[in-house]
Amino acid sequence: MCLAIPARVVEINANEEASVDLGGVRKTISLALVEDVAVGDYVIVHVGYALTRLNPDEAEKTLALMAEAGLTA
Amino acid sequence: MTGKANRGCARPLDLKNGRVDMSHGGGGRAMVQLITDLFAKSLGNEYLAQGNDGTSLPPGLGRLVVSTDSHVVSPLFFPGGDIGGLAVHGTVNDVAVMGAAPLWLTAGFILEEGFPLADLARIVESMARAAKAAGVQLVAGDTKVVEQGKGDGVFITTTGFGFLPEGVHLSGDLARPGDAVLLSGTLGDHGMAIMSQRENLGFDAPIVSDSAALNGLTAAMLASGAAIRVMRDPTRGGLAATLNEIAHQSGVGIHLIEAAIPVRAEVEAACELLGLDPLNIANEGKLVAVCAAEDAGKLLAAMRAHPLGQRAAVIGEVAADANAFVQMQTRFGGWRMVDWLSGEPLPRIC
Amino acid sequence: MKYIDEFRDGEVAQGLSKAIAAEVRPGRRYNFMEFCGGHTHAISRYGVPDLLPAGVRMIHGPGCPVCVLPIGRIDLAIKLALERGVILCTYADTLRVPASGGLSLLRAKAQGGDIRMVYAVTDALKIARAHPEREVVFFAIGFETTTPPTAVAIKLAAAEGLANFSVLCCHVLTPAAIMNILESPEVRALGSVPIDGFIGPAHVSTVIGSRPYEFFAEEYRKPVVIAGFEPLDVMQAILMLVRQVNGGRAVVENEFTRAVTPEGNVKAQQWVAEVFELRRRFEWRGLGEVPYSALKIRERYARFDAERRYRLEYRPVADNKACECGAILRGVKDPTDCKLFGLACTPENPMGSCMVSSEGACAAHYTYGRHKDVEAASP
Repeated sequence: MCLAIPARVVEINANEEASVDLGGVRKTISLALVEDVAVGDYVIVHVGYALTRLNPDEAEKTLALMAEAGLTA
Repeated sequence: MTGKANRGCARPLDLKNGRVDMSHGGGGRAMVQLITDLFAKSLGNEYLAQGNDGTSLPPGLGRLVVSTDSHVVSPLFFPGGDIGGLAVHGTVNDVAVMGAAPLWLTAGFILEEGFPLADLARIVESMARAAKAAGVQLVAGDTKVVEQGKGDGVFITTTGFGFLPEGVHLSGDLARPGDAVLLSGTLGDHGMAIMSQRENLGFDAPIVSDSAALNGLTAAMLASGAAIRVMRDPTRGGLAATLNEIAHQSGVGIHLIEAAIPVRAEVEAACELLGLDPLNIANEGKLVAVCAAEDAGKLLAAMRAHPLGQRAAVIGEVAADANAFVQMQTRFGGWRMVDWLSGEPLPRIC
Repeated sequence: MKYIDEFRDGEVAQGLSKAIAAEVRPGRRYNFMEFCGGHTHAISRYGVPDLLPAGVRMIHGPGCPVCVLPIGRIDLAIKLALERGVILCTYADTLRVPASGGLSLLRAKAQGGDIRMVYAVTDALKIARAHPEREVVFFAIGFETTTPPTAVAIKLAAAEGLANFSVLCCHVLTPAAIMNILESPEVRALGSVPIDGFIGPAHVSTVIGSRPYEFFAEEYRKPVVIAGFEPLDVMQAILMLVRQVNGGRAVVENEFTRAVTPEGNVKAQQWVAEVFELRRRFEWRGLGEVPYSALKIRERYARFDAERRYRLEYRPVADNKACECGAILRGVKDPTDCKLFGLACTPENPMGSCMVSSEGACAAHYTYGRHKDVEAASP
């Protein structure tokens, strides 16, 4: 259901707003629902709000697990 | 329309700050002035200069092809083009994909009272540039004015005429199993450029409309000697609509390979953001062609050699299928259907 | 696009496909329900079933907020626009859903209703600020992912003292719906569905965390794997579910660790708790009334509650008797089992919840998968 995409924070503005980038497309979103977000972080964006920060280490781990499953099959 | 000098109108047209008013559509001196000082200035030629109710054209050079289109795009000016250029390109392309060489255009304008003359001049100049680049001439036109609130600035209807060279017969019902399906370039540029201008969607993207005249490309493709069955430009409804049309007309199926379909990174990202599919998005400077399998290489080479076909690709093939389904092997490996959308593609949150 | 493209890799998909095929026990059937419409969409759009062995069947659940939105609620929104002259702001997803009297929000707009599509609820606030002389109502739909933004908007409106803004709240809750599927008497009447496990929602879980699903795993002995929305996430989750079923385990596992934690987004949860409270009951299209499954606006924010502000009365509207959505949503029947599918009921003319949005089981099958219904067609 909820269409949400991971986007990179490129600028943090006043009013808890930030500018994010997805593949060259920029959008202004709200950071009201998250904390401690820094430029360079990836956040999951849904209807104009960041819902959470994406954990890059976990992303790598998950990809490794997926690749591994294929190798040992 | 007339190219004659205007008599008895004291003030010159204020192209900087003036606006369209009801007198411009009234058929009187004000209208004549608008035509002379704005339209004819950019678009004038020996046909319009005939100055009669109808224009007399030289005898034809083959079978006549005609196409008509109305243009209501909003916003009127968008990254990569405007309604004027679009109106010329759209109609030129509809004639060109038939295999005909477009020669003449007509244009009808419906202007809204209050529309700035400076914007109108810009649009008309853009049309003139587009027509010149495409090698077509405007041979007849009309202007009407509607009250404020009853139009969207300007609506333009264009009709285009061209002649089919001997031996050329392209049609949507000629696709046969085994034929190759080719696409001239990246999908979704125009539609997403327009979307990016919609205020409430508020995204910034370096996406530029691909609005362009394709008659140079189609001429090169016909000259290649490839056995082309049909060419079509995937405008409203996108590639999905166009391929479904052809599949139904020919009573065949079409199988596509997603990995072969070129889409710019920013267009893909913008679609991702809004939950849209590039296959459903309008294009204004692209065409799809179906040709005999053995000629695919030759046709592709001819397309890639042309500036508007540099990213051309073979994207699939025609298959036997009584249901006329268009199917696609996704990048992921599994197959899915590519269906017609029921209406305009709308962003989704779910 | 980073963190998207890698999770769509075709080669890794082949590897996972082999892994799943290697681990399914021969002769055993595995029925997994993906609760969430986003997963239904990903599965259909990427042709995931082509990569699964014959013994694994995906059942499409009711996690599509547009699909389960009752006609009666859309009627309220239309009424506000046509009869009360409000500016009705809505996400695009609801625009084409057919409601009563041959209307939809799109058709009501053609009849003169001031209905505006917005991408975010903040756009509705902007409209309210720009038009202090008009009443503005935001049509709030969605599961737990979409609810926190509405809460933020209401709090902002309260802080600003915005006098012309209110919300028609139709937010619904995931765990209650999952429970309903597992518990409902109709499932028992129709014959119990052997759902062997659940793929848990991705972004809902970002907000609520993985903990709420532990109840289902324990109480009903069904494994739950929370998965991201990309097709590789779905396949990895299917592999994890197959392993649990084979091992006789029933626990909550998290495949979407890059975005979901056990406790979720506490800040977002707090915002929601402050603005909303549970409704005792709420009608879900296709499922009937479900207790404690939806939210309403709290008393202290009553002036932002469109239902109270306009004294709206909800009237349920029944679906066509031949509509099989109820059974389809519970996985008891397939879209092709419904007499109306593809004939009277198509995406252009949807007659029930499963066809109404592109993520509904019937719509997804029609748009992406109906070639499979015809033998000769598949390549």
